[in-house]
Amino acid sequence: MNTITAWCRETLRRSVSTGVAMLLVLTAWEATAQPIRVGSKAFTEGVILGEVVTGLIASAGYTTQHRASLGGTTFAWNALLAGELDAYPDYSGTLIQEILDADSISTLAELEQVLTTHGVRMAPPLGFNNTYAIGMRADRAEALGIRTVSDLRQHTELVGGFSTEFMNRSDGWPGLRDAYNLPHRNVRGLDHDLAYRGLESGHIDFTDLYSTDAEVAYYGLHTLIDDAGFFPEYQAVILYRADLVDRVPEIDALLGRLAGQIDEAAMTRMNARAKIDRESEGQIAADFLNGGILDEPVAAVAVESRTQRILRYTREHLRLVLISLTAAILAAIPLGILSARRPNLGAVILGVVGVIYTIPSLALLVFMIPILGIGGPPAMVALFLYSLLPIVRNTHAGLLDIPLPLRESAEALGLSPAATLWQVELPLASRAILTGVKTSAIITIGTATLGALIGAGGYGQPILTGIRLDDVGLILEGAIPAAVLALVAQMLFAVAERVMVPRGLQLQRDR
Amino acid sequence: MLSLRQVAKSYDGIPALAPLDLELERGSTTVLIGPSGCGKSTLLRLMNGLIAPSGGSVVFDGQPLTPALVRAMRHRMGYVIQSGGLFPHLSARDNVTLLARHLGRDTGWIAGRVDELAALVQLPSDRLDRFPLELSGGQQQRVGLMRALMLDPDVLLLDEPLGALDPMIRADLQNDLRAIFSSLHKTVVLVTHDLYEAGFFGDTILLMKNGRIEQRGTFQELLDTPANDFVRAFVNAQRQVVG
Repeated sequence: MNTITAWCRETLRRSVSTGVAMLLVLTAWEATAQPIRVGSKAFTEGVILGEVVTGLIASAGYTTQHRASLGGTTFAWNALLAGELDAYPDYSGTLIQEILDADSISTLAELEQVLTTHGVRMAPPLGFNNTYAIGMRADRAEALGIRTVSDLRQHTELVGGFSTEFMNRSDGWPGLRDAYNLPHRNVRGLDHDLAYRGLESGHIDFTDLYSTDAEVAYYGLHTLIDDAGFFPEYQAVILYRADLVDRVPEIDALLGRLAGQIDEAAMTRMNARAKIDRESEGQIAADFLNGGILDEPVAAVAVESRTQRILRYTREHLRLVLISLTAAILAAIPLGILSARRPNLGAVILGVVGVIYTIPSLALLVFMIPILGIGGPPAMVALFLYSLLPIVRNTHAGLLDIPLPLRESAEALGLSPAATLWQVELPLASRAILTGVKTSAIITIGTATLGALIGAGGYGQPILTGIRLDDVGLILEGAIPAAVLALVAQMLFAVAERVMVPRGLQLQRDR
Repeated sequence: MLSLRQVAKSYDGIPALAPLDLELERGSTTVLIGPSGCGKSTLLRLMNGLIAPSGGSVVFDGQPLTPALVRAMRHRMGYVIQSGGLFPHLSARDNVTLLARHLGRDTGWIAGRVDELAALVQLPSDRLDRFPLELSGGQQQRVGLMRALMLDPDVLLLDEPLGALDPMIRADLQNDLRAIFSSLHKTVVLVTHDLYEAGFFGDTILLMKNGRIEQRGTFQELLDTPANDFVRAFVNAQRQVVG
């Protein structure tokens, strides 16, 4: 028994260290030849501004990279602090209320001061205030006689639908509800871009808007007057790391060129070009830079063809899935063996991998940014962790399901524990183990689409962008290949089962 | 060859086997018999260390069975269970040779030994490359016996080896087994619940009940001079079944 345990422990230790080494190599590989990395959050205006900053720095001769459409404020801010991003656009109100949670800050100068203590600098405001507002369909607002946010108090039957961030931010719905004493109970969270569709179809009556949203005019919406002055200012600013000046000495001057160059009307027009006219953010940003900001015109980054795009997503997706799944197999099978050998330890192992499985993926990704940054590695670690449960559980069950007479026969023969494991137990459990791996593979293929939230690419990228631009075609560009990949994986596993499950065991099923 | 000295077994304080002494001479055949739950399988499994005794010691060829020695000792004790206990993922040949290959025996020797054993147990050689599920119950038992005999052990332990077979095949195999036991001259311990099978094989029969030996003796002694009412009842019950 002791030898078995020692053997399991050794195998486990080896697999874990292999996995860790693999991740370190990957991280190191991603860290070489570092371009200037600009981030943006997953909404159209953010992506356009990200393209503007990227193009501006590139125009000065630097290699740049735009890590677009990160999953939220927390992702972008933490990535900036961790040095995974060098710069990204944000808003003064968001910084004060959400990130710094400092109501005492009332001026941009104070904000700049506080940011400095985090090693972050703030370029002069771009010139527009993209504040939150509450919007309704104009015809409905008129019919009900609603002009201001206070007027909502008289209409408790109205249904609110807010973006998930707004639902939870102190400067969002909770604060607004308290400030105006709004009685509405029927309030739901949904994606900002889907909210417009909900308004149009009448499923919701009011939603949160950004004042520069292209849809306000497009959908004929009425912006309710913030008569209590609840919403703070949301001046658009570019944040960048204080140490960026070591690599781009003229960064202050470069970003200074943007100061006051975009007013609300200009930003709304750019948003409309992206969302209504479906122009690429890169083209819109290039046009803006060429319209007076830069002396030398820049070209928009060449747009990939659909095939090229899908191939790239496939490459990124496969890389995420294969590396995380391989590491999971190497770690989970020994863990499953150990759990079967040592029931007490097994209960702990199964409990832990079970709990890991229940951690919401977004939360797991947020935890990982300070350790692993953004991009491929944290996504792979998250996928690795999620893949453990099915494999550990099936290995454990497969070994325990071996009939007692067979286990006794192996013992009575006098085989060594290692030979018993390799020659008898693992082959007998092979079908169960393979089923666990198959389950993990399918789950990983699906879950890997979330990797796009932290800039890992893959099929999630077109899905996120498609949701943002309300473009079903783009969503399908990610969803269909992901489904096809899952089917292909199913077929490959059917073949693998024929090859890897011993023929003598397949007889049982063929009969 | 194999001695049990004051060997006892209990589970969670509940005795399954009362302390007993047993001396198995080299070349003898001993049959353990009794109703279900009498402790006969427990006793057999104590002999090759599948179960550790709660008290006393098992001595094999002059050496006590200890965790350090048990694996080497099992190489000298063949073990056959009901329906063979063959590994379904290995062919008959691989089942038979698994241990020898694991111990690094010469492949030429292994091949020769397999042919020899196939002839001994009368298994047609084309059956060797089939999987257990492709063999009949009787053939599976013959392969199980080959596996137990592969390293030419001193002791052969059999737990109801014929229990799952049809009467015709059973009779065939009984005859073959007895011929094999007598030709090989091994120390054999066989568990059965059938008194006539016991008489057919055994020099010595141990009739057990509730973890105790009620009587040791030959088949004839059990019939003629039952030690107590239980032995008499057991013998009579089996007699009636046979008619």
